[in-house]
Amino acid sequence: MTDNSKPESQERIGVYVCHCGTNIAGVVDVESVARFAAEDLKDRGVVLARDYTFMCSVAGQELIEQDIHEQQLTRVVVAACSPHLHEKTFRGVCERSGVNPYLSEMASIREHVAWVHTDKAAATAKAKAIVSGTVERVLKNDPLEAIRVPIDAQTLVVGGGIAGIQAALEVAEAGYEVVLVEREASLGGHMAQFDKTFPTLDCAACILTPKMAAAGSHPKIHLFTWSEVEKVEGFVGNYTVTVKKKPRYVDEDVCTGCGICVEKCPVLVVDDKFEAGIGYRKAIYWPFAQAVPNLPVLDPDTCTYYVGGKGGCKACEKFCPTVPNSIKFDQKEERVTLRVGNIVLATGWDLFDARRIPQYGYGRLPNVFTNLELERMCNAAGPTGGKVVMRDGKSTPETVGIVHCVGSRDRTYNRHCSAICCMQSLKTAHLVKERTGAEVYNFYIDIRTPGKEYDEFYQRVLDDGIHFVRGKVAEITDIPFDPAEASRNGAGTLYVQVEDTLAGMQRRIPVDMVVLSAGLEPRRDSAEVGKTFGIACSSNGWFIEKHAKMDPIATMTEGVFIAGCAAGPKDIPASVSQGSAAAARVLNYIRQGELALEPVRASVLAEQCSGCRLCNGLCPFNAISFDAARKVTEINAALCQGCGTCVAACPAGAIQGTGFSNAQLFAQIEGLLRDFSRVPEVV
Amino acid sequence: MSDSTFEPVIIGFTCNWCSYRAADLAGTARIKYPPNVRLIRVMCSGRIDPTFVLKALSEGADGVLIAGCHPGECHYLEQNYKALRRHRLLQKTLAQFGIEPARVRLTWASAAEGALFAEEIAAMVNEVKALGPLNWPARPLPVATAPAEIPKLSEVAA
Repeated sequence: MTDNSKPESQERIGVYVCHCGTNIAGVVDVESVARFAAEDLKDRGVVLARDYTFMCSVAGQELIEQDIHEQQLTRVVVAACSPHLHEKTFRGVCERSGVNPYLSEMASIREHVAWVHTDKAAATAKAKAIVSGTVERVLKNDPLEAIRVPIDAQTLVVGGGIAGIQAALEVAEAGYEVVLVEREASLGGHMAQFDKTFPTLDCAACILTPKMAAAGSHPKIHLFTWSEVEKVEGFVGNYTVTVKKKPRYVDEDVCTGCGICVEKCPVLVVDDKFEAGIGYRKAIYWPFAQAVPNLPVLDPDTCTYYVGGKGGCKACEKFCPTVPNSIKFDQKEERVTLRVGNIVLATGWDLFDARRIPQYGYGRLPNVFTNLELERMCNAAGPTGGKVVMRDGKSTPETVGIVHCVGSRDRTYNRHCSAICCMQSLKTAHLVKERTGAEVYNFYIDIRTPGKEYDEFYQRVLDDGIHFVRGKVAEITDIPFDPAEASRNGAGTLYVQVEDTLAGMQRRIPVDMVVLSAGLEPRRDSAEVGKTFGIACSSNGWFIEKHAKMDPIATMTEGVFIAGCAAGPKDIPASVSQGSAAAARVLNYIRQGELALEPVRASVLAEQCSGCRLCNGLCPFNAISFDAARKVTEINAALCQGCGTCVAACPAGAIQGTGFSNAQLFAQIEGLLRDFSRVPEVV
Repeated sequence: MSDSTFEPVIIGFTCNWCSYRAADLAGTARIKYPPNVRLIRVMCSGRIDPTFVLKALSEGADGVLIAGCHPGECHYLEQNYKALRRHRLLQKTLAQFGIEPARVRLTWASAAEGALFAEEIAAMVNEVKALGPLNWPARPLPVATAPAEIPKLSEVAA
């Protein structure tokens, strides 16, 4: 709250105008701005104004410190770059010199003036107006204390793919408790489905399963598979999360994972999850052979017992050797409430549904496959035992076309590049060639191989004798152009119609099999998940980082971090790095023990509150509540995020917003317009 | 507007997370726009009290720009929708004051949309230029302010 009792003239403001080399001084007459501050703003409490080459340099900072001591400055204005860059720096200078850090303000005359304007006179005038506004504002600033909150050391990791596993292991290895929540029945994520990983062609399972096992058996990691986070309340360091455990119909404490139930189950269904629709599983099944935890899960949608209206079969229960029986047909959904300090979201991606491009024929033409189907086919543990075969399950293709950028880099579907498909297509080409000896065609728009050893792999694939056609595929069809084409190629041939942009001609290439490199998309429910955790998605659905370059792990919500593909397509090394990076950020917070938060918060002056409750419905963080006994509204400072919407809404002016008070903003408006206000004519 | 030398002064309210950063990005990318807009940072477009806008107009601004995160991308989840509502209402109120609603413009700019933000500013400056100076509240009101004579209560009662 503004202390109006203190006359403003007692304040001693120092104004510092930064040249930023020539960045500011090249466009703005910095000396003139400093002179303006010293002379024209004298009556506003400015006792000195200086211009200096680099205010953020050690010498620049010392200049302010010295002035604070010698000139007894009480408030500081630095006209330089954006506060997002150096607000902390100059607050630090004030704090070191005994002035409350919140009694300093920055005027952005680089990003908002020098860099965007060319007219020097106009730029200088605007810089003066901004300095004037900032001086008025700083006069209304209140000394504030950062809000300190304790950090609970237990961490929540959401998503048990490689990024989440990595984050969980790093935090657990450092000695702190981790709750790892995975929606599916096993850890592993998409990586567990892959056969080989590019560019080294390591077997994916060989490098992933040890990490899965380590996470599954780590004493500090508490695993919740077949579970989802339903509710998140609280704030950094102090989150309360509700985890919903879906019924597995198998007693996790008793089951030994012997597998007799799976063996005895008579129901065989298509596995459209792990096997991408080209393999089978039972109604009670392991997600896959190396699943962690090694427990089966029963699918009530296909189990005879449930389908038959809870009667019949029960073969699994009959043959289960454990005492007591592990099969629990009456298992119910459970909810567990946990306290955690930090959250890492590693929720991954969904595969682009290739059916959305009808001219490519996926789902209609049997021998058009997706890359994920090929991964399962190439995998020795997959449904074909590692053989690349056509949809009939036995014939080997002699020619294979691989289409890049399916659903990526395409205005109709997704504008983004899925980042991994070039390398994955090259890998697929190599594997298909190796296993079938087929002629392989890659249809690409551009080849993007920027990772370590990636381009070397591309060269290797070129040397394999794989064909590359540069052009976007227009159509894949099984209808021959004319009888001659039909008789030349035989029945069942697929024709890839493509413009070869290097040769400058249309081509029609007959192939036996097509692999569509479908792109990576945000999880279908990413907007809802974002809402649960209080973070935002961009318009295309990926989670938004705090800063795309300088802070790609943190989010706008303190204590919620993102890792892996949740924020955009990434390859395995990048996902692993982000998992580790997220863990490092979490450990940093845990080791600090408590965290200083910006004291930008709303509060209610009870004596001014009329109890109208207009503000009560405005807060999405549930920080506002109504005290029915006193008939006034109250704001929970710990839950308040400081947006100020309620401050703006209060008709009685009873809600105060620290850091951005009405007094500060009105003063800033006056200051900004000081030179330009036209005196209204008195009629 | 006949006066081609008129340079409007516009106050821009920007939110800390998206639009202020869009302005920062326009700077970093050296995108040029007219120098008529002076920005004020608030935490959220939801913080913008309509009285701030009226204050700016009454202090001599010819227009006010309100910029927030795109709908659905608000750092505070949904508070930019409140800014949207208030803007709608404010526009009606302004029209009743005799102020052209185009003088108070609402726009969305993400932190990645420096170029778009610069374009918005340029477009608004042109629009306000065409409207001319506001000179509010010196400008005559479009309707009669009050009846010439209001009978006293005692007279009515008698």
